[in-house]
Amino acid sequence: MGKTIAEKIFAAHLRDTPTDENVILDIDVVMCHEITTPIAITDLEARGMDRVFDINKIKAVIDHVTPAKDSKTAIQGKILRDWARRHKIKDFFDIGANGVCHALFPEKGFIRPGYTVIMGDSHTCTHGAFGAFAAGVGTTDLEVGILKGVCSFRTPETIKLTITGTLQDGVSAKDVILRIIKELTVNGATDKVMEFVGPVVNSMSMEARMTLCNMAIEAGATCGICLPDRITAKYLWPFINQTYASIDLAVEDFVTWHSDSDAIYAQELTLDISGLVPQVTFGYKPDEVKNVTEMEGTPVDQVYIGSCTNGRIEDLRSAARILKGRKIAATVRGILSPATPKVYSQALEEGIIAIFMEAGFCVTNPTCGACLGMSNGVLAEGEICASTTNRNFNGRMGKGGIVHLMSPLTAAATAVLGHIADPRKLL
Amino acid sequence: MKEFGGKALFLDRNDINTDEIIPARHLTENTKIALQPFILEDLKLGGFDPRRDIEGKGVIVTRANFGCGSSREHAVWVFEVNDINVVIAESFARIFRQNMYNCGMLAIELSKKEIETLFCLGAAVEIEVDLAACTLTARGDKKLVIPFKLNEFDRKLVKAGGWLAYADKNY
Repeated sequence: MGKTIAEKIFAAHLRDTPTDENVILDIDVVMCHEITTPIAITDLEARGMDRVFDINKIKAVIDHVTPAKDSKTAIQGKILRDWARRHKIKDFFDIGANGVCHALFPEKGFIRPGYTVIMGDSHTCTHGAFGAFAAGVGTTDLEVGILKGVCSFRTPETIKLTITGTLQDGVSAKDVILRIIKELTVNGATDKVMEFVGPVVNSMSMEARMTLCNMAIEAGATCGICLPDRITAKYLWPFINQTYASIDLAVEDFVTWHSDSDAIYAQELTLDISGLVPQVTFGYKPDEVKNVTEMEGTPVDQVYIGSCTNGRIEDLRSAARILKGRKIAATVRGILSPATPKVYSQALEEGIIAIFMEAGFCVTNPTCGACLGMSNGVLAEGEICASTTNRNFNGRMGKGGIVHLMSPLTAAATAVLGHIADPRKLL
Repeated sequence: MKEFGGKALFLDRNDINTDEIIPARHLTENTKIALQPFILEDLKLGGFDPRRDIEGKGVIVTRANFGCGSSREHAVWVFEVNDINVVIAESFARIFRQNMYNCGMLAIELSKKEIETLFCLGAAVEIEVDLAACTLTARGDKKLVIPFKLNEFDRKLVKAGGWLAYADKNY
């Protein structure tokens, strides 16, 4: 019987099978940020177990609230910083070098095909874009990961999503994943892995694949996953050129992780996206999705471009296509948070930051802040935000605030017109 | 092992998410106990008032996909520090369910029909969980005994008092 990519990764990392349904896996990368890790650290200290399983396999970043906004967030940063220094964790990213974890860690080449990855953050599923099994976990799982390098999972089933057709200009990976979540609903993939395949995914950049996998959790999935290929190998080349003699050999190796042709899936769905138009959420759940044409004219107070979903260079480039030579509406506050320092400097170099600023956007340092209503763009009661983030939960970006999720293109068009707008009209 | 049972708090909605259980603005707390006053602060549910409705409750009964969204274990701790150690639902989000068992607490899944019978027991319902027998006894307008399934690994976690204790002993 053939195996899916997730089953192959599980088999290669199997530490224990406490029951038929449960497995304990060895973890290749344990990632930490300052919101969910400090309580794990203080608990380990209190138990006299302040140890880490492997300093090279632990990566840490201060990203959710940075610079610290008050004494409490300063303490959270300090706990993580002191711990990273105490244990000589070299891959620790603090102010000046920090960025949104799910954009920063891939950029550093930490994620490889076939890896197992956990982090105390639900959007860890992003890293499946590299053909890794990457899952968001709670603080206790993270604590055990830090201490022992293992994590428990139920044996995964996989939903195969084949994406065919041709994306229209003005339609992006964000629109594809919003459409898929609408189809699956917010718990349609619970306890399952979402495997994205087909010609559309094969031609997607790593950035687009990360957008796709990032929102797998919004359908309840444990992980989103793409099959690693030449595009993956090229992205990772600066980090793997000592391991492989050529890109061809890297690809040859990566392909061994691909799902077998006779692998068994829990569900198979094919989506032809040729007719897909830009998608926008309404309501308070990420599966409440409509065509932009049905949402046009909804006024917004703020437009936020950034986050682990859409704060990468391609996202900024696509928004800049619309913003170039235009001003945002006087009634709109525009906020751009490039996801990492590298994205920020690249955008500066390409003149993208200037385009945003001339259009009237405020540009912040790389941080998660506004996406979860913690800092750098919190909404007031009753305010509406057009956002390139991943969650439109009630109060997500500020108590009583309303969030409409959309692509960077749609967000840019919305900023210009002051209400939800179809970006295809401004291209 | 924790005590499993108590008066039921009924939350009649699907897809109650972790941001509603404990909003991100409170994730800057560095102790579990500091979360206590903020339980279900942003829950969008007509007629529900956390300051009035939480007091004295030990079990939550709710609908499908409870705990969806964020991985924040704060959503489990905020129940723990309010002496709520059992959530009974049609289904759970994976991370929330795992976090419950990792903390030695119970996330029990029942069928839609069984959940409905619990909702029909009246306003004052007391629920006791018998872990060994895998049954729960609900006393309201009448008495109901409902069997449930418990994953054997989850049972081990509860017995051990959580994942850290279990993992430290075994790995």
